[in-house]
Amino acid sequence: MAEGDAKIDFAAALVAGLKAALVSAGLAFPILVWRAEQDFSNQLVLQSRWSWMLYAVVIGFFARFLSHLYEQRPKREKTVRTAASDAPPGRLAAYLVPFGIAALIAFPFVALALAGPAGAQKWIDNYGIQILIYVMLAWGLNIVVGLAGLLDLGYVAFYAVGAYAYALLSTHFGLSFWICLPLAGILAAFWGILLGFPVLRLRGDYLAIVTLAFGEIIRLVLLNWTDVTKGDAGISSIPAVTFFGIPFKPGANGFAATFGLSPSPIYRAIFLFYLILALALVTNWVTIRLRRLPIGRAWEALREDEIACRALGLDTTKVKLTAFSLGAMFGGFAGSFFAVRQGFVSPSSFNFIESATILAIVVLGGRGSQIGTAIAAVAIIGVSEILRELDFLKQIFGEDFDPTQYRMLLVGVAMVIMMNWKPRGLVSTREPTLFLGKKRTYSADVVQEGRG
Amino acid sequence: MELFLQQLINGVTLGSIYGLIAIGYTMVFGIIGMVNFAHGDVFMLSAFIALIVFLALTQIAGVTSLAFAFVAVLVVAMAFTALWNWMIERLAYRRLRGSFRLAPLISAIGMSIFLANLVYVVQGPRNKSIPPQFSDSIKLTSGGAYDVTLAYKQILIVVVTVVLLAAFWFLVQKTSLGRAQRACEQDAKMAALLGVDVDRTISLTFVIGAALAAVAGVLYMINYGVVNSADGFIPGVKAFTAAVLGGIGSLPGAVIGGLLIGLIEVFWANYFSSDYKDVAAFSILAITLIFMPSGLLGRPEVEKV
Repeated sequence: MAEGDAKIDFAAALVAGLKAALVSAGLAFPILVWRAEQDFSNQLVLQSRWSWMLYAVVIGFFARFLSHLYEQRPKREKTVRTAASDAPPGRLAAYLVPFGIAALIAFPFVALALAGPAGAQKWIDNYGIQILIYVMLAWGLNIVVGLAGLLDLGYVAFYAVGAYAYALLSTHFGLSFWICLPLAGILAAFWGILLGFPVLRLRGDYLAIVTLAFGEIIRLVLLNWTDVTKGDAGISSIPAVTFFGIPFKPGANGFAATFGLSPSPIYRAIFLFYLILALALVTNWVTIRLRRLPIGRAWEALREDEIACRALGLDTTKVKLTAFSLGAMFGGFAGSFFAVRQGFVSPSSFNFIESATILAIVVLGGRGSQIGTAIAAVAIIGVSEILRELDFLKQIFGEDFDPTQYRMLLVGVAMVIMMNWKPRGLVSTREPTLFLGKKRTYSADVVQEGRG
Repeated sequence: MELFLQQLINGVTLGSIYGLIAIGYTMVFGIIGMVNFAHGDVFMLSAFIALIVFLALTQIAGVTSLAFAFVAVLVVAMAFTALWNWMIERLAYRRLRGSFRLAPLISAIGMSIFLANLVYVVQGPRNKSIPPQFSDSIKLTSGGAYDVTLAYKQILIVVVTVVLLAAFWFLVQKTSLGRAQRACEQDAKMAALLGVDVDRTISLTFVIGAALAAVAGVLYMINYGVVNSADGFIPGVKAFTAAVLGGIGSLPGAVIGGLLIGLIEVFWANYFSSDYKDVAAFSILAITLIFMPSGLLGRPEVEKV
């Protein structure tokens, strides 16, 4: 039992836990207990599995029991750190950033040394490139959501514009990747302005829903405009990336032969890895620089209080539009990279779940924080890639257990928990770009967000 | 003419379902000012609950009377869906009322993803279909180019919708619960000072919204006979469009909006292109929000500093 004045009431926690167990049983009853499955004559029959209800009850009980105990913990006096923690700002960043970049540059060679050419392919492609694409997308969206405070639920539309721009320009006009990359960015930014112009006078939830609507409209048009996009079948045989004109293929003119290396598909993966790393770092660098310019300050001011911004004479539409189109441009770059990496694009890669995943990364990382976003991308995309590898779980839970199914389930739970527990995300401190005397970090407690 | 009449019937049927879902959006928005993004998935969940209860009744309990099965499915689905939505409000939204404005929306998106994937995991990725029920029909015209038919299920859908809407209207307008609900909608702080239990009223709003979504889920199963774990998103967005079109916060607006969206969808699919019918719904959503955000019957939002 507890000592001192803080008494822990186990009985109350037990009662709360039992109530939660009862509710869990009710929630689980029809949907978990029976599974409707087609039999051989295509009729639905119910398979019962009461054990699932038991799991739900046990989980419900312990979750509530423990959370009740946690709520009873001795409360510390909540100190609102008014202005300063005197710690120099970005201490974490100061060490992490150079180390992280060095580690990323070394990553392909470390993977190659440790896993050999065959094993390294998987590490560089599935983990390295995949995670970096999402880091770049999340950094792009961070400009819109994190800095300007505009919730964009249709970000994947600009990713799609970039991907289809490269796919169509390269297959129809034979343009190379290096010409298409800026074109894809410009086209996406153009679409950002086009869509942004009517929607940006809305705020908050309505803005979010309209961006969702536009995102879906673009996907549906890509799906149904079969003359140009080939619909659901998608565009395949997109030209692969070349090393400034030298193709990555075996043969006399290939990359390996030109540089006198032994032929292997790994060079292409390594080149793509450095390409997306460079693109992501450019995104980050531009964002950091922009934050210090008047336009970046205007974005953050807009996020904190739109009415004050208008009163101070900022043209809010213009400020929003720059954020929206810049975010879109980076989405377009990432999209054309996606197309050149896959060699195939189809509308199913650009659905709402993709937008929600990118948004989840930004939200979990702490809107506005570059480092937090990168960490969240590693966590979410890394975990979902690792889930693919957990085949041994099949031996525990049976053959039809598929860990990858649980990926989005976990993303959803993480979003809800994060909003309730730390609404500002993992890295929630604000680092001012203007300061008097000494640079200090501001805890999230003192930054009150306005309606925006 | 025959085609027009037939599509009118189909549109009203579909619109009734959208209207029932739209009430859940509009009530929640009215009382706590959030877009309950997970509501479409609550609807999908209710369709699954209805499906399972129907199969359990006919296969395990051996019920043969279709009418009894229908009423039992309706009641059970309403009860369990209401329990789910009650829990969702408690866990995902209640603590966020004082948070920054986008927090509840982001939490609701998380909840929506969670629900869709929970059903995907526990029920599998395949479409679930039941044989058509109440599918006999009455011929309204004959001899023309096309026979206009009115299926029993369409009559059932419209009748159930009208009866439940009337009951719901009575609940909101005439009972103390409804008065508390309307009071919280106008000014939650003042209502709390006058002794209205705001938390309980908000919980009840979610429960009522879910019960009506469950009715929509049962009717959806009768109309289409097939459901999938991904089916919450599109009907959810369409019902939200209906709520916005009718004027968010307005209950008659939600029903009118639902009917309009149902009719527009059906006529669009027939006279223009069925591939682009969802584009039509999304476009109406965008156009309404941009050009008349207070909808047909809504009050304009006044911005206070």
